[in-house]
Amino acid sequence: MAVVSREQVYAWLAQVPDPEIPVLSILDLGIVRDVTVDNGVTVSLTPTYSGCPATEFIESSVRTALKQQGLESIQIKRVLSPPWTTDWISDEGRKKLHAYGIAPPVVANQSIACPQCDSPHTERISEFGSTACKASWRCRDCLEPFEYFKCL
Amino acid sequence: MNKDDAVLAYVLRLADNALILAQRMVELVAAKPELEEELANANFALDYIGQARMLYTYAAELEGAGRSEDDFAFMRDGNEFRNLLLLEQPNGHFGDSVVRQYLFEAFYVHLLDALTQCDDERIAEIAARAIKEVRYHLRHISHWLIRLGDGTDESRQRVQASLDELWRFTGEMFASDEVDIVVRDTLAGPDLDAIAVLWRRDVEGVIATATLQLPQEQWMASGGKQGQHGEPFGFLIAEMQIMQRLYPGATW
Repeated sequence: MAVVSREQVYAWLAQVPDPEIPVLSILDLGIVRDVTVDNGVTVSLTPTYSGCPATEFIESSVRTALKQQGLESIQIKRVLSPPWTTDWISDEGRKKLHAYGIAPPVVANQSIACPQCDSPHTERISEFGSTACKASWRCRDCLEPFEYFKCL
Repeated sequence: MNKDDAVLAYVLRLADNALILAQRMVELVAAKPELEEELANANFALDYIGQARMLYTYAAELEGAGRSEDDFAFMRDGNEFRNLLLLEQPNGHFGDSVVRQYLFEAFYVHLLDALTQCDDERIAEIAARAIKEVRYHLRHISHWLIRLGDGTDESRQRVQASLDELWRFTGEMFASDEVDIVVRDTLAGPDLDAIAVLWRRDVEGVIATATLQLPQEQWMASGGKQGQHGEPFGFLIAEMQIMQRLYPGATW
């Protein structure tokens, strides 16, 4: 197998999208915890939620993406500790979420701005949404419903 | 009981609790009174199925007998399950399922908190992952208990009846047996007496806010942790397992 650098592997992983929010790469989402390169490549991934149905799909996407680059010995390690937090979503990822129409997670007591019109006058419809990581919100100014990436 | 046997039994209890509560929630998919609760319920179930999978996978490694997570979930008989009786209680009406989830999660959040500090690294990691999810559930379900209790005359009456009916299944959560004691003593595991005090404090607070009456001291049912389950449990297991029993190892 050709020798690859860690940086190269990270660059390839930056091309692997999250299957539920394809605008984000798995690096933006902060679920790639480590990459080690020796005789093969080991990628450590952490699940966002215990029951996230995308976990296995992401593992196979990583494997496929690295195989396409000619890597043969690929190990995927699932790590649980420390548990994933929305703090690990990159600044770039937050911008992409906003541009995609999903309000990025904010810390407690901060207002959640409408991703359509940027109004701070928003209200929660439900603490839950279409996937485990999102809640349902609505803008009181432009009246558009939108999804909010829950702070975890 | 030696430490290895106790840890395996303990992990299976945690896994069975998560799976059986999830299965009751799965029965309610497409049957919730409003769309937002539909989303909430499916998300709760998904979190619990995820926790159950991590725990069964660990149990399979501890046992080292070649069983998989699916074997534990789908190929064991009812009397091999060690979940709390509270969690297998039928869904009943909306208030019944709110009370069942609330009484359990008010306990589970403290249990998980203690488990994050235990000496078994894997259990501690799974607990650290799970507690974030359960805190979110508990906030939601507490609001519902308060809304129903402090709601209309009918909602208060009905949710009070749910509370009175399910109360007798809460004692089992705090009744330490050999498995609990070995885990507590050898792994710095949870102290159920201490958790009972925290649970009682939290539950009394929410029940008071909900303008409900704390149920009277009464006889407490037990046996789930030892594999003795009620009649409705057989039907739950039958429905949950039928595909794997008919077509073992089927994939699609």
